[in-house]
Amino acid sequence: MASIGKILRRTFLIGSAAVVGGVAFGAYYVSRPAANPLKPGEGETVLSPFVMIDQEGVTLFAPRAEMGQGVMTTWAALIAEELDVELDQIRVLHGPAAAAYYNSALVGEGLPNKGYDISNFQHNLGEALGVLGRTLSLQVTGGSTSMKDGFERMRMAGATARETLKQAAAEKLNIDRDQMTTENGAVVAPDGTRIPYTELAEAAGQIDPPEVTLRDPSEWRLLGQPQQRLDTPGKSTGTAEFGIDVRPEGIMFASVRMNPKLGGAMNSFDAGAAKSMPGVEKVVDLGTGVAVIATNTWLAIQAVEAIEVDWGDAPYPPENDQLFAQIAAAFDDQPNSTMRDDGDVDAVREGVTEITAEYSVPYLAHSTMEPMNATALYSGGKLELWCGNQAPTLIRMRVANIAGLDTENVEIHTTYLGGGFGRRGELDFGEIATKVAMAMPGTPIQTTWSREEDMRHDFYRPAAMARMRGAVKDGKAVVIDGKVASQSCTHQAVQRVTGFAGGGPDKVLVEGFFNQPYAVPNYRMSGHVADLAVPVGFWRSVGNSHNGFFHETFMDEMAHAAGQDPLEFRLELTKSEHAPSAGCLQAVKEMSGWTGKTPSGVGRGVALTYSFGTPVAQVIEVVDEDGTIRIKKAWIACDVGLALDPATVQAQMIGGMIYGLSAAVQGEITFADGEVEQYNFPDYDALRMHNAPKTEVRILETNKHLGGVGEPGTPPSMPALGNALFDLTGQRARSLPLNKQFDLLV
Amino acid sequence: MATTLKINGTPHQVNLPDDVPLLWVLRDEVGLTGTKFGCGVAACGACTVHIDGEAVRSCQVALSDVWGDVTTIEGLGTPEAMATIQKSWVDHQVAQCGYCQSGQIMQAAALLSENPTPTDSEIDDAMQGNLCRCGTYPRIRAAIHDAAAKLREA
Repeated sequence: MASIGKILRRTFLIGSAAVVGGVAFGAYYVSRPAANPLKPGEGETVLSPFVMIDQEGVTLFAPRAEMGQGVMTTWAALIAEELDVELDQIRVLHGPAAAAYYNSALVGEGLPNKGYDISNFQHNLGEALGVLGRTLSLQVTGGSTSMKDGFERMRMAGATARETLKQAAAEKLNIDRDQMTTENGAVVAPDGTRIPYTELAEAAGQIDPPEVTLRDPSEWRLLGQPQQRLDTPGKSTGTAEFGIDVRPEGIMFASVRMNPKLGGAMNSFDAGAAKSMPGVEKVVDLGTGVAVIATNTWLAIQAVEAIEVDWGDAPYPPENDQLFAQIAAAFDDQPNSTMRDDGDVDAVREGVTEITAEYSVPYLAHSTMEPMNATALYSGGKLELWCGNQAPTLIRMRVANIAGLDTENVEIHTTYLGGGFGRRGELDFGEIATKVAMAMPGTPIQTTWSREEDMRHDFYRPAAMARMRGAVKDGKAVVIDGKVASQSCTHQAVQRVTGFAGGGPDKVLVEGFFNQPYAVPNYRMSGHVADLAVPVGFWRSVGNSHNGFFHETFMDEMAHAAGQDPLEFRLELTKSEHAPSAGCLQAVKEMSGWTGKTPSGVGRGVALTYSFGTPVAQVIEVVDEDGTIRIKKAWIACDVGLALDPATVQAQMIGGMIYGLSAAVQGEITFADGEVEQYNFPDYDALRMHNAPKTEVRILETNKHLGGVGEPGTPPSMPALGNALFDLTGQRARSLPLNKQFDLLV
Repeated sequence: MATTLKINGTPHQVNLPDDVPLLWVLRDEVGLTGTKFGCGVAACGACTVHIDGEAVRSCQVALSDVWGDVTTIEGLGTPEAMATIQKSWVDHQVAQCGYCQSGQIMQAAALLSENPTPTDSEIDDAMQGNLCRCGTYPRIRAAIHDAAAKLREA
């Protein structure tokens, strides 16, 4: 077998290991600080496989959660591009590599040949999970990072596999490796002899991988082109398996109720009536909530709702206005961060026009289409957990902890996600399912939350407020001085995951605020943290989701104060600061035929947000239809640097925008008596077929960096809509949702 | 009490209380998980199936009220033998997370059986009960038009 620890390249170390009847290629991660990372000692590296080849065929691992963003397909294309295989002739397993590995049966329980130390390999893989759990960027699907992370490593894995297979063929035929070519899953010799990879796999496992270089993008045949997504046939025939669809033998169904006063205690409960309801098998006391195990999910929901519970109070002020008062009070505290402080915003200036504005946005739910759920099988010393999740290593550690097991005795099966948007990076659904399953060892139990339970027990996008002050002179922006106040998702998330209080400057709170690409000479942006115990978390685009609205609504107000066209005003300020951002503005100007003038009954607004490395400009057009306002059209331009799959980028841009517009129009989570007042979609709806705009997307590729695409479409949508409504009505939208102020088509 | 349902052409004996919604009969009893649970209150359309060809929200139809033959997404076509509308869904790469798409397809199939040439506004009317949080609406619309054209040619 190839030696563990073989290092080929810089920080991501591509290597190989023999597996039963074949070979695996992947990345070695340094598991502990090595004196020389290029020469790690024994036990200092571990392999995470991306490609596995045996007699059965070629299997690619796309070790990221597929939640609709196409990562499975694009990641597989990165490998296939170098490996010379066709996407429709290979097997692609999504989800984390280790879970796929355990599922694959490629390494069985026995030791089929002596040369290979399976248990050591498995141990190393287990260790890799521990390592990766500490480096969140490698294991969490979020932050629009997947392509940035996989771009080079996946291609290296593919190239390494290809060259090793060529070497195996070269040794077999006694011809030099550089005489060999590859094509559609086979090595081809100069005389035309084709040897399929599957026949070379075992020999390749005995070869040290040669050093490789990546192909020039001009040679690409897959990347840069729209691919047929691998998950669409399953998702068009009802056969794609989501967490809620897993059906292990002997499954039972459960549902749960936790304290609606979020984080409060459970004083007592009476399950007398529930116990005798049809199909009920068991009532489970979860300490802070109750669950019912039954023969059918619906029967479990009925029974759990019939339990009378005395809930303790919430650990935060119970009424919505009290929460906002506390957020506003945070402005009086020292800022948590001031990440931009250019020039001197406090200097006294002659002849300037000053404006101020205060903005606010509500708490928001993620509201994934698939309600939270997970399926667990606890059998004393082992635990299996099936669920769609964005953080497999974290959830594994958490449920291991709950079950009192070592992580190697916990197996996580990551399914497709019926939406993530940040919600499935949390661990609560896995934790609850584990506790429920522990009440009935040996029986797999699927715990499904009702929609009401899901909506009322989220980790919400925090409510936020901003106070902005600006000055313009001679048509130009002179000063922007902004403060945002909100709970810190980051501090709470650190506390939830590690148990230790998070602290320090929170960059996430001010992303989309301090880092916008405008050349304003005096520019100060501060973040203030409101100390509240309302559960908050990462919602698609996170801090940008509120800061985009604050910053870009204010830019519009600045432009009007300066007597400038809002698009030209932004264009002027971005040109010298960040050319790709200016390029996006220029693109939407052309696409929309922006003139700065709109006929009566039509309004247009523009916004630009730079987030996750990608600038996105949007123009939204609204029309007044007999007093009801329709969002009619949208134009989006983004600069992603390199569009690995343009169809996926386009889908993400439109989807991100619609997610943002849905929130802007009608998204609002409010509290009364400590409980969330929204229960289900009728109280917390989203855009639908009839009120979503017709949209055009232009993808630019001038950015020097590979930017994210899953989230950057969301932030500019909200201010672009508000600015369009201002253009239509003359009324400035300074708080969301907009249906409170405008008669929008819902 | 056992109830017999004809689902995708096959009779199934079901032993569940009369008030259990068809959705949960399909998912947890019959094992047809292609029909999805989204809201339980007929507000999202994820659970849409056909009863005698009519699109209904299966979360709102009690077992004892099922008045005809049930068709689910699995009965429309399979990955190996897709219905025309499913092919259009694949050709237009409609799905993102995919969770709502069974319901979207069942709703669209019922629309096309009643109206082989729907306009955009008729599509709006027929499809607005089906929520998609990924925002796949433009491709759903395109796939419906595409399927309509192919069905007319057939």
